[in-house]
Order: sequence, then structure tokens, then C-alpha cells
Amino acid sequence: MDFLRPTDWAGALAAKAAHPDAVPIAGGTDVMVELTFDRRRPDRLLDLSGIPELRRWETGERTVRLGAAVPYRAVLDHLAGPLPALALAARTVGSPQIRNRGSVGGNLGAASPAGDSHPALLAAGAEVEAASVRGTRRIPIDAFYTGVKRNALAPDELIRAIHIDRATGPQQFAKVGTRNAMVIAVCAFALALHPHTGTVRTGIGSAAPTPVRAPDAEDYLTGALAGAGLWEDPRPLPEAVRRRFAELAATACRPIDDVRGTARYRVHAVGVLARRTLDRTWDAYTKGLTPCA
Amino acid sequence: MTIGPGALSQRSDRDTTGGIGESTQRPDGHLKVTGEFAYSSDLWHDDMLWGHTLRSPHPHAAIRRVDLTAALALPGVHAVLTHHDLPAATHYGLEFTDQPVLAQDVVRYQGEPVALVAADHPETARRAAALIAVDYDERPLVHDESSATAPGAPVLHPGRTDHHAAHVPHPNIVHRQPIRHGDVAAARARAEVVVRGEYEVGMQDQAFLGPESGLAVPAADGGVDLYVATQWLHVDQRQLAPVLGLPAEKVRLTLSGVGGAFGAREDLSMQAHACLLALRTGRPVKMVYDREQSFFGHVHRHPAKLAYEHGALRDGTLLYVTCRIVLDGGAYASSSPAVVGNAASLGLGPYEVPHADIEALALYTNNPPCGAMRGFGAVQACFAYESQMDKLAAELGLDPVELRRRNAMRQGTVMPTGQPVDSPAPVAELLARVAARPLPPERPWADPAGPTAAPDLRELPGGLSNTSHGEGIVRGVGYAVGIKNVGFSEGFDDYSTARVRLEVVGGEPVAVVHTAAAEVGQGGVTVQAQIARTELGVTHVTLLPADTTVGSAGSTSASRQTYMTGGAVKHACEAVREAVLARARARFGTAAALEAGKVVAADGEVLATLAEVLGEEPVEIEREFRHRPTEPFHPRTGQGRGHVQYSFCAHRAVVEVDTDLGLVKVVELAAAQDVGKALNPRAVAGQIHGGSAQGLGLAVLEEIVVGPDGRVRNPSFTDYLIPTILDVPGMPLDILELADDHAPYGLRGAGEAPTLSATPAIVAAIRQATGLPLRRVPVRPEHLTGTA
Repeated sequence: MDFLRPTDWAGALAAKAAHPDAVPIAGGTDVMVELTFDRRRPDRLLDLSGIPELRRWETGERTVRLGAAVPYRAVLDHLAGPLPALALAARTVGSPQIRNRGSVGGNLGAASPAGDSHPALLAAGAEVEAASVRGTRRIPIDAFYTGVKRNALAPDELIRAIHIDRATGPQQFAKVGTRNAMVIAVCAFALALHPHTGTVRTGIGSAAPTPVRAPDAEDYLTGALAGAGLWEDPRPLPEAVRRRFAELAATACRPIDDVRGTARYRVHAVGVLARRTLDRTWDAYTKGLTPCA
Repeated sequence: MTIGPGALSQRSDRDTTGGIGESTQRPDGHLKVTGEFAYSSDLWHDDMLWGHTLRSPHPHAAIRRVDLTAALALPGVHAVLTHHDLPAATHYGLEFTDQPVLAQDVVRYQGEPVALVAADHPETARRAAALIAVDYDERPLVHDESSATAPGAPVLHPGRTDHHAAHVPHPNIVHRQPIRHGDVAAARARAEVVVRGEYEVGMQDQAFLGPESGLAVPAADGGVDLYVATQWLHVDQRQLAPVLGLPAEKVRLTLSGVGGAFGAREDLSMQAHACLLALRTGRPVKMVYDREQSFFGHVHRHPAKLAYEHGALRDGTLLYVTCRIVLDGGAYASSSPAVVGNAASLGLGPYEVPHADIEALALYTNNPPCGAMRGFGAVQACFAYESQMDKLAAELGLDPVELRRRNAMRQGTVMPTGQPVDSPAPVAELLARVAARPLPPERPWADPAGPTAAPDLRELPGGLSNTSHGEGIVRGVGYAVGIKNVGFSEGFDDYSTARVRLEVVGGEPVAVVHTAAAEVGQGGVTVQAQIARTELGVTHVTLLPADTTVGSAGSTSASRQTYMTGGAVKHACEAVREAVLARARARFGTAAALEAGKVVAADGEVLATLAEVLGEEPVEIEREFRHRPTEPFHPRTGQGRGHVQYSFCAHRAVVEVDTDLGLVKVVELAAAQDVGKALNPRAVAGQIHGGSAQGLGLAVLEEIVVGPDGRVRNPSFTDYLIPTILDVPGMPLDILELADDHAPYGLRGAGEAPTLSATPAIVAAIRQATGLPLRRVPVRPEHLTGTA
């Protein structure tokens, strides 16, 4: 196995162009497990840990540009304000050791439906900055996940950064696992209120072949909030709205039975999480608070 | 150069004697906490090769052909072995010799070893194994009782000659133990209330952290030296010698650092394979399983299906119990017969039951082999009989603790086997202790600062996954108590050996203790030194590495090592003390005791220092220690004085259940246990905490999922979940010390009983919170939300 270790971004892109089969590795929390379990034996690894810029982030006026290899620990410690759902998701990733190495870029590269970042990115709104020697493009997060462990990257592309919309309203992320810590998601749900546009966005993890949004639930809630003028005059949500939102969120699932949970349970649990995250975010909105992770 | 374990030299603090009853520190504790301790996976020899095992991907298949050509051609490969290369005996086993060292013409479970490779690098060995071409022909499999005993079912071990073969009702039944006690038919006619229930226990794994590993070094005399993490050196030696075609004295074993055991190291794993490769290549061979190999490389706890019927009077007095316990032994016998004996004889729980019909059996199936795990047959039964006691209490409208108290066993109670309980059995008191504890505060997640503050997610089901801020949470409380036997039962000649030398080193008396007892983390090394200090009045004790140059210590299992090897060390120390006192009497005309390094007379007068009396002539004595003999259970009636001692523990579990999501947080798990005498109170507390945590794992997390196709779905710590620190609650303890006069210092084996009752107590608490019947462990979120 060849181990390529570029020291700058141009070198990384050149290496990926020359060896499109090279598997990028940064924190190694996913790739190393695959190697250890002998599920994958790539001919080349492209180690990105020697490129400092990938571990930097910038907080802009409307977005946070998160370097691909910024560890979850940094998201949790420094970005809970602008990225509350992502920070909540980061807090559920593995153990402290894993959070010190694993990154959102790695989660996107692996594109596992169980990745903890995805629902938060889908709910917040984000673009993936993909680069190659051919140039740089931004892939909307909604178009990024193309199949089970597949994404929209071209073979010669690397993820350089993720541009995530700063929260303008309350956000929540919740994940069901069968253990109280250090557990892979059985299912997960994220909800972000976007009061400035009068919209809501959602993200569902581990309950479909890819991370997905729940568009019907989003449309329904957006309509219900606008129709009743609730953005301008926040009041407790009618029970019928809460229930319908949860039902529609559950219908967005296309889960499977596996050793971690049944499909029926996943559908049920996504509904429960949808309702709870709605209650929490709406409660925070009505109180004018933005909950921190 | 071989890194083996060194001798452990221990000196007690100046202001304590370091004897029994004190919480002296573990001699290896600092090394383990700082990561310096050498485990068996750290063994190294400059000249060594690495061994690897090729395992069957199929649960039942004929092997038509094995082609080693490509594997042998890989540079760096030194040997590839199949069953054709075995020099002598081809099978081994703890009770039956039914398990192939390497599969011959058939594989009977997924993961069965088929071939071995030795290579100069572990990766090379792994690649070579992948190059071995095995042509399998898959066969129909048996995976449960109905398929194993159906007409025309494939018989997994035709032509059985083991000692249970003659009396089993079907050749796919490893062993069946009935117990007939009293007159159930008459009692049933008098019963005012009858409750029936069917229960199921999933396949739990011991999940030790240090995988199977060891180093086999070929010796100049044609023998082999094996450094290995195991639970019983001499039973490994007994099984290895015939396989290697060597006399026992040429198969020398030394215990290496053991990273947990819990029963999973009772059977051979890599021992024979590493020795065979070492003897074939003439090179030292190291083998270390990775986690997945480990899941396939050791036995698990028997999954069980249990059917119970309890009959009682309206006042709660138990009249009779019938039960049928079906254990899945998997492809090979391992210790299934003894597990059956335990499940049957302890199947009623710690209660007075005047009439009982009991049947326990273990099956041969094409599932992973099951054998010893902490609790050993008593765990499965305890989940069922305690679930029944709660069901009966509900039926009678009685408090579950009160129902148990009314039926609690006590000293003098006669077991269904006809054996009277002849030492303290404080079952009612243990229950009363846990019931009397104040309950933990309600809503522990809520910040006292006020309702607007963020909840402490660590105190909620789901933890930091942020599933609940208090939504859907219902609290429940549950109780359970269990009974476990201590030591090897059913007529087994159970003994341990200790060699003790008292000598002067640098002017100071030192006790040198040598046993073959496996230290697997339980603290035997601490306790043995404490006993030597108490008996010999010294402060400095050196424990020699456990190996086969001293007699057998028996297994580190069955909660027996403090009793048995502790007893042997005590016994040998007493003999050494007598010899020293005899020497002193010859000089001084009198001598009565050894105290604080001095020889003293009966009136306490110091006659001489111990060092003076010993001089240049050490005293060394080896002694064997046996517990009282036991009897086998009668094959049809189950009658017999089969057990040595019983151990009792009671739990109260307090849980918080997220009733919408089916997630559980155990808030508190209080325990009360009688240990007879706590030789090292801190170590005893550690045993109770650890056993309780393992019982918690079985209640809500831990299961090896095996499909009806005989294949394991989750052979990794990604999906076989053991409790983390956020899953394990506070565990307040009451430790009673009611002496058993038959045991050394009155002690009672402590390591297993807490594993029994933790599980049903937690499930009872979840039942109380949810109102659901919950007949199976581990309880999954699906069971609590109707989405299975």
C-alpha cells in the first residue's frame, strides 16, 4: 500500500489527480476501521493530515467555512453558537478520542447514512466545497448524497471545506442509539428554524439509503407557521400541527431492518424525534432564545 | 528474548499488617492504570513467527477439498497446517473430547478453525490464510430445539461415546438433567394461584478487552513452553499434551498477563494452534486474535428458553414449581453438561419450594459453541424465576419484596436436590437491606437552578444523544435475588495447590508463594499475599509467576479461587508456620506464634526474630487443599449433595425509561451480598460492581445476534454493545460477613452472584415503568415501543 502525504493543498489535488483511486484519510476514524476489519484494502492512502488549512474554520457573516478536517471537538467547543445542530451532533460522535480526530469532511467523504453530521448539515443548509486540479465547485448538501456510502464527488476531487449557513433561529439534533454513549445512530433527526426566510429545514439520518430531508414535513410546517402568522406572533403550536409534522417526518423514512434496529422502530422513532425537536425549537423561538449545544 | 510475567513483590505499608480484611492495593494495579502492564498480547520473541487461523465462513458444511498451494507459495510463509498435519490426538474438550483441533471433513459452526498459517509477519499470515482455497458443500443446519430434535434432523456428533451419551433422549442433546422433588401433582391440586411464563435469554459474550493471545516457544527437549492468558493452566496442559503427542511434562505453561476472562478462557482457543505451529517450524510462534477473531474464537453464554409454572397459596406461600430450561450449547459440548447441572439445581432460586419438577438440557446446534460465563447456568434461570416471582406477586396483589421474604430460603432449607443448605443463607435480610435504602432523587437531570436551565443529559435515557429533556420519562423500581454455587460441583475432585517458602532475604523474612492460580483481574495475587502475611506474620511477600512447575490450582472460575487457592495458601502457610515454630521450640523450649517478624511465646514474650530462627535454612512446604466432597446428581431424580457452598446477592434497580423511544437509563443499582468474610473489602466491592455491570449489560444491551442461518450478525464492539460509564449507575453496596464455618476464614465466593440478580431487577424496574410483560433479555427499544 502506498502512503501519499502531501504537505499543501496543491500537492493533495495533484496526488488525487494522479491517483484517483487513492483513499483520502484525515482523522482515520472511519478508514482505519475499514482497514483493520479487512473490509477495504486500497492500493493508496492519501493522508491529508499534513495540510494545516484543512483544520481551520472562518466564521463569516452568513456562513461558517469549516475546513474539511476540523475535528468534532472544535465544532463542539467553538461553533455551538453559529452551528447549534452540528455542535449537538458532534457531541454524540463516538468517544472523546474519536471527537478529537474525526471531522465533518470525513463524514461527508464516507457518506454513510449513519454519519452524525448529515442531518445537521441538511437542516442548517450547507454547500460542500469540492476541489480538483480542474477547479473548485460548490455542491449543495441536498445534492451531495447519491447512494449508500456514495457521494457526488468526482474521482479526482477532494473536500476542502464545508460552507454551513449560520443559524438564524433555534436548531436541534437528536439521535437514537441503543447505548447512552459511544453508539452508532439507529436513527437521527435534525430540525432548524429559519425565521428570516420563514422556512424550516430537516435532516434524517440512518433511516433511508442516504441522509434525507423530510420535504413534506417541512412544507407542511412552513405553511402552518405562515398561515397562522406564528413567526410574527409566536404562540404554542396546536397539537394537530405537532402531530402532523411528526407523521410527515416519519413518512420520509425508507429504513431497513438490521442488527441495530427494525425498520418499524426507525419510522416510529423518527416521528418521536421530529415532535420533540419541534417542541424544543419552537419553545426556544417563542421565548426568543437560541439554545446552545 | 521472551517477555514473561515477572514475580510480583509486595510489601505492606508500615502502619498496617497487610493481612486479611484490609483493602491492600493490587500489586499490578499501578502498572495497569498507567498502561505499563504486559498483557499476553505484548509477548515478544526476537525470532518469532506469527500465527493466523483460517475459519469456516459456514455454520454447517462438508469440506470437499483444501488447496494450500497458493498460501504456501507466498514469500514469508513458514507453515500451513490442516488436520492432516496433526501429530496425535485430533480432538479436545473440557468435558467431552468432541471438538476438532482443526476441522476434518465437516465444519459445524461459523468460525470453526480449518487451517493454520505461520509467517514472518502477521499481515503475511493473514494474506496466506486468505489464499487457502477451501471447497465447502453447505449442509442443512439445526439452530433450535425443534430443528435439532426433529425426525431426520442431522445428527451433529454421530457415534457419541461421552459419559452422557447413554441417557440423553436425542443425540443432539448434550446433557439433560431432571430433578424430581416432592409431589408436584398433589401440590398443584392444592394451589390457589398458578402463574405460568415463558422467558428467553439472548447470547451474551464475556467481551473481555484483552483478546486471546500467547507465545509458544519450542524447547531443546522436543517440548514446548507456552506463555498464555488462560483461566486454568493445568487443564490447558491436560488437553494440549495428547494433541501435541507429548508427555505432560514437556508441555510447560506459564501464565501471561490476562486482560479479563469471565469464563471465555476456560476452553482452549489459540493454545494448541500456536504450539503446533511452533513445533512444526521450530520457531517461537505468537498468536493474537483481533476482535472479530475473538468473537468467533471463544464460547459465549448459553442462550436459553425457559418455561415456568409457579403454584402458591393466597398468602403467597409457594407450593410447587415446574420448569423446563433449554440451553443452546452450539456446535461443541464445552462445559454445557455442568451448565445444565447448575441451571437445573439452582433453577428454583433462593426459595423454599416443597415440590418441584425441573428439567434442564443443552442442545447441540450449528450455532456458536456456548460454555462458561460468569453465572454459569444460574443467570438464565434467575431471570426466569425472578420474573415469575414478580408475576406471582402481581397476581396476589402482594409487594414483590414481601412475597420473596415469605418464601426466602434460610440455613437448613433443603434444595430440590435433597441437599440441605448448611451455612448462612440470609436471603430475606439481603432483600430487606436493598429495600430499606432511600430511593435516589426524582428527576436527577433537572437543574435545581430552575426549569429553564438545560437538563443534564447524562442523567437521561439516551444520554448525550439528546433524545429526551424529560419527555416521555417514567421511573420504575425492581427487585431480584439469586443463588449461585461456589466451586466445582457434582463430585468433581476440586483442589488447589500452593507452595510456600519462608526465607531470609537481606536480613528480612520473606514469604515466597507459588501457585498456578490464574490472575484474571479478580485480585487473587493481592489476596494470596494477604493470607501469607496473616499466617506468617511477615510484611514482605513475593508471588512467583503462575506456571505448571507447581501443582494445579484449578480454574479461576466458579467464584472459587479465593476459597480454593486462598485455602491452599493458608494451608501451606500453616504448615510452614508449624515447621518454624518446631524449630524455635527446639531452641527455646517454647514458641507459639509468628507475629510481626518475631517468634513469640504463648504469653507474648518475643523469643527471637523470625530471621534469626530461619537463618540460612528456608522452610518450604507444598500443600493441596480440597473443599468438602460433592456427589453427582442422579441422572433421573437429580438427587445428590452436588454443591459445596452457595452465594447470595440481592439487587434493587431504579430505572428511567423513555417510554416513547424505548430507551433506558439505569439510575441506581443497589446490591446486598453476603461474602462470609471480605478478605479484601475493596476487591469484593469491585467484584460486586463488575458483576452487576455485566448483569446490566445482559438486561439492556448485550447480545450476539445469530440469525436462523447460524451466522453471527455483530462480531465487533461497533454492534455488540457493552455498558459505558454513562450506562453504569451508582451502585451502593451492603456487604454482609456471615461466616461459613466450612470455608477458609468463613469466606464465601463472591464473583458471580451479583451477575445473576442485576438482570431481573433491572427488567422488573422496566416492567414497572412501562406495564409491559417483557419476557426476553436483552430488552430492546423495539420491545418497549411495539415495533419489533
